[in-house]
Amino acid sequence: MESVGSIILYVVVAVSIVVFSVLAVTTRKILRAATYLLFTLFATAVVYFMLDFEFLGAVQIAVYAGGIVVLFVFAILLTSHPGDNSSRLTSKRRLLGLVGALAMLVVTGWTLLSRCALYASKPAMENPDMKQIGQTLMGTGDGQYLLPFEAISVLLLACIIGGVVVARKR
Amino acid sequence: MFCCGLYGFLTRRNMIAMLVSLELMLNAVDMNFVIFNRFLFPGAMEGMMFTLFAIGIAAAETALAIAIIINIFRSVHNIDVRELNQMKF
Amino acid sequence: MSVTIPILILAIPLFMFIFLGLCGKKMSHLLAGTLGTLGMGTVLVLAYYTAFNYFFSGQACFINEAGERLQHVIFNTTWLQFTDSLVIKLGFLLDPISAMMLVVITTISFMVHLYSLGYMRDHHGVFEKGFQRFYAFLSLFSFSMLGLVVATNIFQMYIFWELVGASSYLLIGFYYTKPSAVSASKKAFIVTRFADLGFLIGILTLSYYTGTFNFTDLTSVPVEGLADTFRVDLSTPETVLAGISSGAAPIFMGASVLTWALVLIFVGGMGKSAMLPLHIWLPDAMEGPTPVSALIHAATMVVAGVYLVARLFPLYLMENSALVIVTVVGAITAFYAAVVACTQVDIKRVLAFSTISQIAFMMVSLGVARPEYHEGLGYMASMFHLFTHAMFKALLFLGAGALIHAIGSNDYTEMHGLRKYMPITHWTFLIGCLAIAGIIPFSGFFSKDEILSAAGNYSVWVYIWMSLVAFMTAFYMFRLYYLIFWWKEHTVREGHHAPHDQPWTMSVPLIILAAITCVAGFIPFGNLVSWNGEPYDFMAHFDWSIATVSLIVAVAAILLATVMYRKENKLPAKMKNAMPALWRWAFHRFYWDELYMFITHKIIFGCVCRPLAWFDRHIIDGTMDSFAIVTNKASNAIKPLQSGQVQMYVWLYLIGALLLGGITILCLI
Repeated sequence: MESVGSIILYVVVAVSIVVFSVLAVTTRKILRAATYLLFTLFATAVVYFMLDFEFLGAVQIAVYAGGIVVLFVFAILLTSHPGDNSSRLTSKRRLLGLVGALAMLVVTGWTLLSRCALYASKPAMENPDMKQIGQTLMGTGDGQYLLPFEAISVLLLACIIGGVVVARKR
Repeated sequence: MFCCGLYGFLTRRNMIAMLVSLELMLNAVDMNFVIFNRFLFPGAMEGMMFTLFAIGIAAAETALAIAIIINIFRSVHNIDVRELNQMKF
Repeated sequence: MSVTIPILILAIPLFMFIFLGLCGKKMSHLLAGTLGTLGMGTVLVLAYYTAFNYFFSGQACFINEAGERLQHVIFNTTWLQFTDSLVIKLGFLLDPISAMMLVVITTISFMVHLYSLGYMRDHHGVFEKGFQRFYAFLSLFSFSMLGLVVATNIFQMYIFWELVGASSYLLIGFYYTKPSAVSASKKAFIVTRFADLGFLIGILTLSYYTGTFNFTDLTSVPVEGLADTFRVDLSTPETVLAGISSGAAPIFMGASVLTWALVLIFVGGMGKSAMLPLHIWLPDAMEGPTPVSALIHAATMVVAGVYLVARLFPLYLMENSALVIVTVVGAITAFYAAVVACTQVDIKRVLAFSTISQIAFMMVSLGVARPEYHEGLGYMASMFHLFTHAMFKALLFLGAGALIHAIGSNDYTEMHGLRKYMPITHWTFLIGCLAIAGIIPFSGFFSKDEILSAAGNYSVWVYIWMSLVAFMTAFYMFRLYYLIFWWKEHTVREGHHAPHDQPWTMSVPLIILAAITCVAGFIPFGNLVSWNGEPYDFMAHFDWSIATVSLIVAVAAILLATVMYRKENKLPAKMKNAMPALWRWAFHRFYWDELYMFITHKIIFGCVCRPLAWFDRHIIDGTMDSFAIVTNKASNAIKPLQSGQVQMYVWLYLIGALLLGGITILCLI
């Protein structure tokens, strides 16, 4: 059984994820949306830490919070004037979006609940250490991911070049 | 969180806001991977690896998307998706 | 004899073609023309040397103990090897007729090269556009023609035959901005292509049954032996069956394979030599520059058909029927062309029809040649006439070119009374006319007389027929002569614009050719060329009675022409009105072109091509079009879905996903 502290922490994190993500999509100031996204990402990282995936949590913070959100902020500052709000959404549109999202929530939630028994406790697992992660990433055997790793690296390279080309002033 | 992302994606008209929503959805999926890995198959690393790669791809995709958005903004001074329909048939 | 000179004879024109063709634009007009002329001059010297060596050196490889001239293969290299037996070689064959042709071709070609230096520029000395190209094509033609005459095997001959046709096409279409020239070149190419199809089939048939392409093998095998492999004894059904079953000599549609092969080969010759009914391209080919007409369409290329028959003459001797066909075609063509020539207005067309008629003379002469009559006099006469005709017809064409150059028109009605202005042209043209009419002592007299003599040996009817043609020949040539040089001039020609004689580059070839025409008749041709290589003295066969008769005929024709055309009078018009139908038919060349047009347009196009085109357009295209229309309609119908609104897509995607998810859930429940 988990400790009370961890349950409280979990509840706090879960609530903050939901709240911040709702805020991120409903706020009318785009910069605020990015900030809320940042909080959501941090909370996700906390979840990873709680699940003993420390490396993943670190990556989440470094890449998402450190990289992507900064990119967002740059883009926002480049493309919009600070202080101007996006126009208020029409209620019809909002309703439609809500219906779609809720329908999706129902479907996924139902699937989730019907397929997986709820686990009260998390099974014991030792934290995967760096050596293990490194070998998994670099190995070529079964359950090892050299090829996707390389593919990702090529993708990133292509992305850098593509980004430079696309955003270049002509 | 996923549904929030979905909602945002469907309703927001600013492209950057849509991208934010997209990130939310991706993140939700990532989290699902990790949680399933942790609870159903403790000790395995597939979910984690998947998430790792997904993060990498998300980073790439975001960077590219932002580059495109900036470019669009530069050419039409607008990032409202409803107005960007010059490329239809 | 060394190999170098023959190779050079072929290589220099080829090199000139490539060199002038590639680099001509970079050099000045005069330099290109001079280079081409010098190259041809070199070839001329080499060819004269070769021919002289062949005829007079008395080397053992050229002439044997008994004084018979031999065929000598100087080199023969394998060019394409398909199988062990199917080998195509390129080589250089020297025998009496190829040596003679070397002389003819190089002489005329050199004259034309020289002449064109003057002809292809206007009165202010400005060269025509494409002058270098012209010389490159001339060199190509010379190369192909030389390659044709020295071919060691029939396939090499065919290759060069086609090359000659191609260069003729290029030269007829030299003024490619002129629609008539373009269509004339196409016409020449297409008509000869049809004929060459026959030639090719003939070659394949012949070589299939003899197993060789080589002229030496084809013609030197003992005639009886080869005949046995070909000919089936048709006397009884049993022997015919035996012949067929042995596979040696199949019969096809009532004639032996040899006959078919020879006739088909002759069809190729008919195309090149403009025999009826494949003559229609030659008059139109006069759209090319006049020197080209002189070189290709009077002196050299058009006699290729005669040369071909002469080359395979021992084979033709085995098949009497093939020779009869040659004779008949030649005789009809000669008469037809002579009649048409009497009515034409364009001086080059008159000369063109006269060429057709004279080549037909040579064909007849070959057709009537038999070893038993005067030791094959007809063969020798044909080659002799080829030689003399090449000279005087080139002379006439070059003279006509000079007139056209001076006047700027092909129509003789604009030329009347030129004798005072252009004395050199006048005298040389007169010599040409006298030669073609057959007046002693000009060369045409001797050669034509021998043809008539050979014809007389063969059949008196052929002799009379050909004499009639000879009469008409003299008549139309002098009609032309009087119309050009006599008559009263309509327009006043004075001062700087008056027509005058040409520059030396044009006069010199005229004078040289005229000189050759004057003396060529005295060449002891029989010593040099005969069908089997044995020399003989043709004066021994010289029949003074025939000579006198033909002389009388020629003089009568000239007198008639003098009466009718010496001065402007009403006689020709009266004649014309007396026989309006005949005159009209002759003027329109007996409507051959119209007949061809009728056959191609009305019958072939109308009955075959139109329905096919309809089928293609409506059925086949229609099917394809309907595919396209369906696709197009469908795409138009679903096009609005692609609205460009990203969120609309997401919605659709979401709905799809939800539906799938819902179905999954329902199934699981």
